[in-house]
Amino acid sequence: MTTIPIPTLPVSKRISRWFGRNIIRIYAVIGFTYLFIPVFYTIAFSFNNAGKSNLIWKGFTFSNWKNPCGAPDVCNALGNSLKIGVLATFVATVLGTLIAFAIGRHAFRGRATTNLLIFLPMATPEVVLGSSLLAMFLTFHINPGFWPTVAAHVMFCISFVVVTVKARIASLDPRLEQAAMDLYANERETFRRVTLPLVMPGIAGAALLAFSLSFDDFIITNFNSGTMNTFPKFVWVSAARGIPAQANVIGSSMFLIALFVVVVGQLVNRKKAR
Amino acid sequence: MAYLQSTVTRTGFFTAKKGRLPYLLLFPGMLWLFTFFVLPIINLAGTSTQTPVASGETGQYVQTFRLANYIDAFNQARPQFARSFLYATLATLLALAISYPLAYAIAFRSGKFKNILLVLVVAPFFTSFLLRTVAWKQILGEQGFVVPALRSMHIIGQNTSLTASALAVVTGMTYNFLPFMTLPLYASLERIDPRTLEASNDLYANGITTFRKVTFPLSMPGVVAGTLLTFIPAAGDYVNAAILGNPNTTMIGNVIDSRFFNIVDYPTAASLSFMLMAAILILVTIYIRRSGTDELV
Repeated sequence: MTTIPIPTLPVSKRISRWFGRNIIRIYAVIGFTYLFIPVFYTIAFSFNNAGKSNLIWKGFTFSNWKNPCGAPDVCNALGNSLKIGVLATFVATVLGTLIAFAIGRHAFRGRATTNLLIFLPMATPEVVLGSSLLAMFLTFHINPGFWPTVAAHVMFCISFVVVTVKARIASLDPRLEQAAMDLYANERETFRRVTLPLVMPGIAGAALLAFSLSFDDFIITNFNSGTMNTFPKFVWVSAARGIPAQANVIGSSMFLIALFVVVVGQLVNRKKAR
Repeated sequence: MAYLQSTVTRTGFFTAKKGRLPYLLLFPGMLWLFTFFVLPIINLAGTSTQTPVASGETGQYVQTFRLANYIDAFNQARPQFARSFLYATLATLLALAISYPLAYAIAFRSGKFKNILLVLVVAPFFTSFLLRTVAWKQILGEQGFVVPALRSMHIIGQNTSLTASALAVVTGMTYNFLPFMTLPLYASLERIDPRTLEASNDLYANGITTFRKVTFPLSMPGVVAGTLLTFIPAAGDYVNAAILGNPNTTMIGNVIDSRFFNIVDYPTAASLSFMLMAAILILVTIYIRRSGTDELV
């Protein structure tokens, strides 16, 4: 029996070929590692038996998770952030969705101006938005605090809602609406039973985005909230003398909750798509 | 999320209708933007030319239309202006270098894991912006793993530290604004028809040529949107500079913030804000024109 010799590449060549083929994947693994290092730190230090200053690892404990409000004022700050976030998200989502329908579904004069007014807040640095609002509130003798902060958050969230919902409206197949009309649905029924349900995932995504922008905002909030504390402000103030581990507990929980919401959203979408 | 990129399709029967409805839909949101964005900017322009009251009371100013405020403010904050634009440019380029391969891998090489990877790429940003920045302070600090590793490899000296430096500020900014780069890049890469890449291959272009001549030009809208969405917040940021920097790495945002709160010098803060906004808008306009992606706005 004769064996046919199989030509083999030298090892070095095979390795370099494997690298050539997988370089993008290797890079992606490194990239994701880089992305998650700070998250790992945030979560790890939520279990740190740290006492006041949570900068150095001192030992493992569950006590921070058992008592997330243990640090003074942290839950008050969190509560304010959640209230502002919910209110701002609701108003910005409604106003932004209305604008998105106007832009996406109607012909009207002043479209260019409208688009510009939507784009400009996104192209303006937060420090300018925040300082200009505070200057105006001061001019009109309005004290910074809860409601000025909500007004500011709605303002910077609207644009993001508009672009997100607008993209969804633009991607709709117009034949679905035509089909509804062919089946004797009038305009209102078509809108309520076909268009709106189809745009809904876009609106939900926009609301999620608005909430996370609002909840995480520091710069504009710092200018317009006066003495009211919010969660990012709490972290900012305590950053100088060491952040209590409870802040890490809250940050980690927000991360897990958001991840959960997004994953559930994806699963719901996939089920609907079937 | 195809921010800034969606073009309006004018199909569908709702388009045909004219009349008052679109204005009714626009009105509440536009009123809000006018009241809390346009009016403050106009008011800011007013504040920027005020001068202190004669009695010299802190925080009290009168309108004197003193345009020289701008020159004074600029001269005071020249290094911070330069640093803001330098750091923001560096952070944007680094973010592009990190995000592009990542977005490419997700768009073309992830198969059925595409959605999971897309969630994972945004997920780190669900933790608080400030907590992330503080985490970098820990990572780059004496107790972190980076400094000892670099020291043992003799890449940095035994006494060199990484925190409280320009390097730390740029690192933090790069990381913090990364999703604003990755998502638009992914959106534009994902839209590329794989057949165009096959066609390039069929025409004997190798991988590098295909990327240079086909993939990259087609992803240009994402590159432009991503660099803008990264550069703008980075140029106005002061959180990274405050937490990760030192007194020699302050940016324009730090100056505006301290003028407002520590010195209550509203006119200087206002003229600095106005100059920052104008500089960014001019840069953005030139950039969009140059790159030929006017559809962004």
